[in-house]
Amino acid sequence: MPKHDTPLLDQLESGPWPSFVKDLKRQAEKNPACWDILGQMEVSYEDKITHWKHGGIVGVFGYGGGIVGRYSDMPKRFPGVAHFHTVRVNQPSSKFYNTKVLRQIMDIWERRGSGMTNMHGSTGDLVLLGTFTEELEEIFYELTHDVGVDLGGSGGNLRTPSCCLGQARCEWSCYDTAEACHNITMTYQDELHRPAFPYKFKTKFSGCPNDCVAAIARSDFSVIGTWRDDIRIDQAAVKGYVNGEFPANGGAHAGGDWGPFNIKKEVIDLCPTNCMWMEGDELKIDNAECTRCMHCLNVMPRALRPGLDQGASILIGAKAPILDGAQLSTLIVPFIKMDAENEFEEYKEIIEKCWDWWMEEGKNRERIGESMQRIGLPTFLKIMEIDPIPQHVKEPRSNPYVFWKEEEVEGGFERDLAEFRKRHPM
Amino acid sequence: MGFDPANPMKDRITDIGPPHYAQYYPQVIKENKGKWLYHEITQPGVLKHVSESGAECYTVRCASARLISTSLIYDMCDIADEHCDGILRFTTRNNVEFMVDSADKVQPLVDACNAHGMLPVGGTGAGVTNIVHTQGWVHCHTPATDASGPVKAVMDELFDYFTSMTLPAQVRIALACCLNMCGAVHCSDIAILGVHRKPPLIDHDTITSVCELPLAIASCPLGAIKPAKGTNSAGEEVKSVTVNNDRCMFCGNCYTMCPSMPLADPEGDGIAILVGGKISNARSMPKFSKMVIPFLPNTPPRWPETVAAVKNILEVYAKDAKKYERVGEWAERIGWEKFFEKCNIPFTDKSVDDYRLAYDTWRTSTQFKFTSHIK
Repeated sequence: MPKHDTPLLDQLESGPWPSFVKDLKRQAEKNPACWDILGQMEVSYEDKITHWKHGGIVGVFGYGGGIVGRYSDMPKRFPGVAHFHTVRVNQPSSKFYNTKVLRQIMDIWERRGSGMTNMHGSTGDLVLLGTFTEELEEIFYELTHDVGVDLGGSGGNLRTPSCCLGQARCEWSCYDTAEACHNITMTYQDELHRPAFPYKFKTKFSGCPNDCVAAIARSDFSVIGTWRDDIRIDQAAVKGYVNGEFPANGGAHAGGDWGPFNIKKEVIDLCPTNCMWMEGDELKIDNAECTRCMHCLNVMPRALRPGLDQGASILIGAKAPILDGAQLSTLIVPFIKMDAENEFEEYKEIIEKCWDWWMEEGKNRERIGESMQRIGLPTFLKIMEIDPIPQHVKEPRSNPYVFWKEEEVEGGFERDLAEFRKRHPM
Repeated sequence: MGFDPANPMKDRITDIGPPHYAQYYPQVIKENKGKWLYHEITQPGVLKHVSESGAECYTVRCASARLISTSLIYDMCDIADEHCDGILRFTTRNNVEFMVDSADKVQPLVDACNAHGMLPVGGTGAGVTNIVHTQGWVHCHTPATDASGPVKAVMDELFDYFTSMTLPAQVRIALACCLNMCGAVHCSDIAILGVHRKPPLIDHDTITSVCELPLAIASCPLGAIKPAKGTNSAGEEVKSVTVNNDRCMFCGNCYTMCPSMPLADPEGDGIAILVGGKISNARSMPKFSKMVIPFLPNTPPRWPETVAAVKNILEVYAKDAKKYERVGEWAERIGWEKFFEKCNIPFTDKSVDDYRLAYDTWRTSTQFKFTSHIK
């Protein structure tokens, strides 16, 4: 039986999209705390404002992250959510699960939490939503001992790394994103669990420039697969697309009335660098001019594949708007190999160099992208011991304000005024 | 033996990290990882991947509300046990995916998902897939709107675009319930963003004890917060701060640092709509979403103004854009003045940037279109 009337939320039970209200009510039969979730949320729907108190520092011994504290500001009225802490469970790479491990986690969560989850949080963790302080150590014990899973990150630390589907089920992935994500998560467990950074630090692994895990927008350290040789072309398959034997764009436009496939209009003319043309019925690509945007591969997946010399570009500094506006990651290292055989050595060398500097020089609550803005890209590149190249910028600067260093200017900055005045009296 | 509160460090296991992913791969993926040749979408919500070996993997994609119960997850497990050898996965956009290794297993799986009632099949290709979103009023302490409610309301209205592929390109919608943007809506085709519009209250009763005043002062990017004496409810003078309201841009960073400076307000808070962002590098470079509607009120439970605004933009785009064009690419081709005209969205000063680096967005050219904006 419902514990509270929820006439506003009840209106979200209808409609074709899955209803979280229906789901909460169903769960409430097992976890009565869900009635209080509904009750407090209904009050928020009436009041148009949140009823969660600010913050709350809770955790498990030895870790500085992984639990987000939350308390109701109406604990008497809704005692089931008086504490409503979140447990972040580090997801397996690419979010594959077997039902055994999922059921184990859910069993714990029905016993010790609200029974509500997020599959998944924005950073990638499996989020268990809502439990009491006294349950936290018990949950952590059972997760680590009985299931063999660990907590993810929160606070000023390495946040839980995440990756796209990668080579598991995608033809475009230029490195093994799942293995990279796993290896790097395991290598940096201390950085993940014990906050020692100025602020949060996210790293995400996308297999190709389509960037399905949004690395370029959502991670401080973005690793995006690419290649540096020639796109592989299967000319027979090109003909197949031209003749309409294969659906363009993998059939993604099947529901629209777009007419027959036109390779000139849909591929060649949309190439951002105009580096493709037809010679007879053969598709030609000037690969030296290609910027690997993925459009032609997306449209003709059977005919075009990434080259074989594969690796990743490293871009640094993405973040959401707080404080000085949103930033996308900036290209820093155009190409590295991402090899499991050498334990992603090149990646680790670069990220550790970033951290060494940022932990010294980053200000409190300053994302690395903001630190980069503050000191400027040329200085950041110097710190990273990377020579500046045109690929680092969209265009050269248009203002003339170069910060020349004394050693770069003949004779240095020290000059003799008396000598100057001999020739240039006032 | 479970956890012993008297001896919390006994047998403690830490830093084991996530379980190894490979144990959770379906057999067809174990055997064909790195060998996939191409894919096709055989029907909305169903992907077919073909390997060099000739093996096929079929994926059925279903929506979830992201805020989901253990009961629903058990149901997903039941479907995976019955159809998929006990394996399933989730996408970065909160969909759940079930995989099988032959075409004849697809329809029974699709039927099982449809029969469930909470697992609609779709979210592929040139349609609207699941909305990436945040917590809102169900868990967050800084939101300016709810998350699950507006998402449910918007997707009920756009449901046909989830189960079909009729649009010029994929349209990624995201919702973040405040400017912290846990939902990272800043690069979405259509972004629904919770915004505050009232400066923080200052609770002189608590500020001295719960806030580090220098941190609260430093938290303001515009220097609008200054140290000042305040008077608490007992009439005593206390060390506190003052806010220059004219300078406040309602970012909420002060509240993040200081619980005694709440911004949230039933009338002040609401939703802004930003459009034209993208993540993918395909054709054009990744780009930010741009603010086109600065404010819509919070109107639970179904946020009709927000739903109508999103649907309007989506449908004007659907009619007007060329094949493959994302919302932002379309808006740039026709020009933003045309975007506002075609979408019948009033252009206001709120869409003109006056924050840092604003000049980059001002038009320094004689190239423009004579739309109805020019009187």
